[in-house]
Amino acid sequence: MNYLKFLLSAALIAIASAVSAQNRPLIEIDINGPGVVEPIPVAVPQFVAETNGAQRLSGDIAAVVMSDLASTGLFREIPGTAHIAGITNFNAQPVFSDWSVVNAQALVTGAVSTSNDGRLVVKFRLFDVVAQQPIGDGVQYAGTQTSWRRMAHKVADTIYSRITGESGYFDSRIVFVSETGPKNDRRKRLAVMDYDGANLQYLTDDSSIVLAPRFAPNTRDIIYTSYESGLPQVFLLNMETGRRSQLLEDTTNMATAPRFSPDGSKVVMSIIDGSNTDIYQVDLNTRQRSRLTSSGGIDTTPSYSPDGSQIVFASDRGGSQQLYVMSAGGGEARRISAGGGSYGTPVWSPRGDMIAFTKIKGGRFHIGVMRTDGSRENLLTASFIDEAPTWSPNGRVLMFFRETAGANGAPQVYSVDLTGRNLRRVDTPSFASDPDWSGVLR
Amino acid sequence: MGLKKTGLMLAAVLALGACQNGGIFGGGRGGTDQTPGSGNIEESSLEYFNTTIGDTVLFAVNEATLSAAAKAKLDAQVQWLNRYPEHKITIEGHADEQGTREYNLALGARRAAAVRNYLVAAGLLETRISIISYGKERPLAVCSTEACWSQNRRAVTVVAGGMGNV
Repeated sequence: MNYLKFLLSAALIAIASAVSAQNRPLIEIDINGPGVVEPIPVAVPQFVAETNGAQRLSGDIAAVVMSDLASTGLFREIPGTAHIAGITNFNAQPVFSDWSVVNAQALVTGAVSTSNDGRLVVKFRLFDVVAQQPIGDGVQYAGTQTSWRRMAHKVADTIYSRITGESGYFDSRIVFVSETGPKNDRRKRLAVMDYDGANLQYLTDDSSIVLAPRFAPNTRDIIYTSYESGLPQVFLLNMETGRRSQLLEDTTNMATAPRFSPDGSKVVMSIIDGSNTDIYQVDLNTRQRSRLTSSGGIDTTPSYSPDGSQIVFASDRGGSQQLYVMSAGGGEARRISAGGGSYGTPVWSPRGDMIAFTKIKGGRFHIGVMRTDGSRENLLTASFIDEAPTWSPNGRVLMFFRETAGANGAPQVYSVDLTGRNLRRVDTPSFASDPDWSGVLR
Repeated sequence: MGLKKTGLMLAAVLALGACQNGGIFGGGRGGTDQTPGSGNIEESSLEYFNTTIGDTVLFAVNEATLSAAAKAKLDAQVQWLNRYPEHKITIEGHADEQGTREYNLALGARRAAAVRNYLVAAGLLETRISIISYGKERPLAVCSTEACWSQNRRAVTVVAGGMGNV
């Protein structure tokens, strides 16, 4: 433990002194590695309020930055109660001994100013306390006071990315299904929130069953399954206008499991024709559909690769439900899952390198990941029901829902990182399921 | 709509207890049912269809094949429906909670389609039938053991129209 700390400090000194630009990551945190990651102790004192009226935001923004960093499991907070001094002048060099004495290795300083027209400016600097040097340049963000959380997330994203070399993911949203009521009379409605649970809004009422909502790449449109017209059908919802429309005019067959293509121009989904369920692609401009699979089995939960050239899906054409990959135009599909249980809900990582999935074996559910050829399968979780993973924008964290057993069983949304560490529950006002993680907001 | 049906069916199942009549039209012309003390049920009523004939067939895990008992019940359903041809039906397919959501939706549809295909082959006009799947969304029984799961793996023939509420 002490040896690791020494190693981290040594790395901080060596890299920081050798590099002046902020392009090289401070720490190559091997998020794929099996070893224990020693979290970096970081202090984020209250930001300096540079105008009257910025006092509350200067505390709130610093708190969200710290919360984002700590939520990754890669950073450990040196809490405000332990600090022996604060930052009063954003432009002055910090007194590094104030921070090394409380065992901080990284320090974030910031400043906030507000104006009467609702504008907000947030600035931050990041320091290596051990090397007593800045890590990269300071950055200034300007926006509206109502978007203060997004600005705090952007600050945290930049810090995270400088230290880990990975792109950040905090400035993102989750769309999911909010659930209430007993197990045999569950009410469902669509909801959207920041990745950390803030700013929750409901998108529909609970008068019809709604399932599995997914963001479009533009983060404004949602596609989902709803029973509002009788049969389960695929609907589009524009979150800005609130306008909803059924995707396909055909009302004789059931349609489910829709997802957008990476360029947002197409939707891939399952259409149920009696005993046969196949995957179809629908062009959003023409609403023309083309059939991509024609096995006699159940082919469902398709997901595009991030370059749009391939689709991974689940099928029981071979007897048990397994994962298959085919070209986005359909045609021959090759199986990638290795069997020994059943696999479903595959989702291709935004990095293109891995596929996450639900695995059911021996009466237990697991969230797992595998390489896109099916190799290196790794199960990250286990419980009564863990289902339906969704990737963070940087492909390093997964959210999913976990449902408890029994008559009072109910679902909640959880997150876990790619190595299976840092399992956490996402706090929501009621039960929650079917999360989908947006890209980083623009 | 589905919720009220579920409540009604739940009440019906509880009223009958373990009593399952796989035979045809119960005890004959008088319309006597098996539940002691509940009196005669009018043979043309939905209650008769739901409780005396039985509106629900069950399935094995991940399966949509019909057992012999299921087929016998469906034969009785066809006879009743052809005796009272003013009714249309919706077959609801369901699954237990042991699978993923979308697969269970498709599995429920497979079960509903299996029932539909059997009813058509047994002489019911296809235009009187529609199917829907609820996957694992509408469980009848809420415990997480086979005792409840077996009840949830079902297809329910919901009769519309005529007298009485569905």
